[in-house]
Amino acid sequence: MREKILAVIEKNSRINIKDLAILLGESEIDIVNEIAAMEKEKIICGYHTLINWDNTDEEKVNALIEVKVTPQRGLGFDKIAERIYNFPEVHAVYLMSGGFDFTVIIEEKTMKQVAQFVSEKLAPMDAILSTATHFVLKKYKDHGTILVDMIKDERMLVTP
Amino acid sequence: MRNFLSDKVMQIQPSGIRKFFDIVSEMKDAISLGVGEPDFDTPWHIREEGIYSLEKGRTFYTSNAGLKELKIEICNYLKRKFEIEYSYEDEVLVTVGGSEAIDIALRAVVNPKDEVIIPQPSYVSYLPCAVLADAVPVIVKLKEEDEFRLTKQQLLDSITEKTKVVILPFPNNPTGAVMRKKDLEEIAQVIIEKDLLVISDEIYSELSYGERHVSIASLPGMKERTILINGFSKSYAMTGWRLGYATGPAEIIKQMLKIHQFAIMCAPTTSQYAAVSALQNGDKDVEQMREAYNQRRRYLVHALREMGMECFEPFGAFYVFPSIKKFGMTSEEFASRLLQEEKVAVVPGTAFGDCGEGFLRISYAYSLEDLKKALERLERFVKKLEIRAGVEN
Repeated sequence: MREKILAVIEKNSRINIKDLAILLGESEIDIVNEIAAMEKEKIICGYHTLINWDNTDEEKVNALIEVKVTPQRGLGFDKIAERIYNFPEVHAVYLMSGGFDFTVIIEEKTMKQVAQFVSEKLAPMDAILSTATHFVLKKYKDHGTILVDMIKDERMLVTP
Repeated sequence: MRNFLSDKVMQIQPSGIRKFFDIVSEMKDAISLGVGEPDFDTPWHIREEGIYSLEKGRTFYTSNAGLKELKIEICNYLKRKFEIEYSYEDEVLVTVGGSEAIDIALRAVVNPKDEVIIPQPSYVSYLPCAVLADAVPVIVKLKEEDEFRLTKQQLLDSITEKTKVVILPFPNNPTGAVMRKKDLEEIAQVIIEKDLLVISDEIYSELSYGERHVSIASLPGMKERTILINGFSKSYAMTGWRLGYATGPAEIIKQMLKIHQFAIMCAPTTSQYAAVSALQNGDKDVEQMREAYNQRRRYLVHALREMGMECFEPFGAFYVFPSIKKFGMTSEEFASRLLQEEKVAVVPGTAFGDCGEGFLRISYAYSLEDLKKALERLERFVKKLEIRAGVEN
């Protein structure tokens, strides 16, 4: 049942318990309990809203920073990651395989602020060897949702 | 000037849906629960394959029976999903949708005055195709109390010396009814005893909920007396690609191929290439769509019952078929008033045969949000009717 609940609420976290119970053919009590358990186990980590900021007047700049580090004795990657992800402007931190170690995604209001973050906060950290900053120019698809298209039902209204 | 029209074609009534559709299409702001096709787009890998085939310049005819590669994949698919083995060489014919397959199957096997048993309510084309093939259609009226299944007794009652073919349209459009294995076994016994042929339209086979679909062709002794019709429209959301297929005994397929080759030549080449990808890589897509339909099915049945509409639980296709008998109106009246007063389009059950009177076909090939919007209006309409009925009493 967990997978089915997650599949639905991953796409629509605002669905109410009653509807969810009907869709999945389960009782409301079971659904409530499962969700509570998954929240506790940190399987469900939050209920966020996917916003296409491009369609607002708000200025937002997103950057993806490739970071190379030297993991220190006794600290490993996790400790360095912690020092990075605690900055509120950091949206996501991933440990990567391949040519660099971390992907850091940050969101700021201006490019200048991004540059400041990288040069003043990120790059000077002890363990960090190098950074390469890439700015996002346009978001086409995010969280499995296509942002650029208006979906229109083009079917005929009645067909046999 | 002479009357150039053939008596036979004049005998055929235009589709009941068409009439209703003309009214609906004039209403700009109507929301519809009336469509008979998936709301999903064709999965991208399938579309991509179609585009690629065009880029490669694969714009020629294929062989009449269809691309070899596709026929092989169809056989693999039928084996994998329904445990039926066909030879791709002479037991498969790729057609322009399931519709063409229905037409040419009937034309290939029927002699004038042969009787063809057609259970109704069912898809609109069986009866006219039978008439065009000079057959005598014999209608079996499926009943709500049987959950719109074809029972052994009903079948026996409609068989005469002239009966040759039985159409088996399950999972069913418009009722959503399915025939489970035990139901099919009872029917198969009669078919074999009476030496009949089945045309089994299993276009909705992938949209079967609860239990997996069983094809009558997979039952002992039935493969040799079944023309199995299936296609890509419903399972892979490929209605506009117009691609289906028929499988069956080589001697029948051979004759169907003659009609197909002279009337159609071959199914669209682009669609055939795309369909190869559908069968090779599409199982996951089918699974996801089935789950989505199943969720909406539960939602719709629940909502209809909540608002006091009687409705048996359908386990196939993407339709529910609620009864409106208690409102004291014909299906057509109900549907047109619902359209006029609340601007919701549903299809009157009578579009699928006279015995659809007293029922509506409501499709759940819509997003949950769209369903909700339409259901709100339907509920308002039903409440109005109940209040009016209360006043009259």
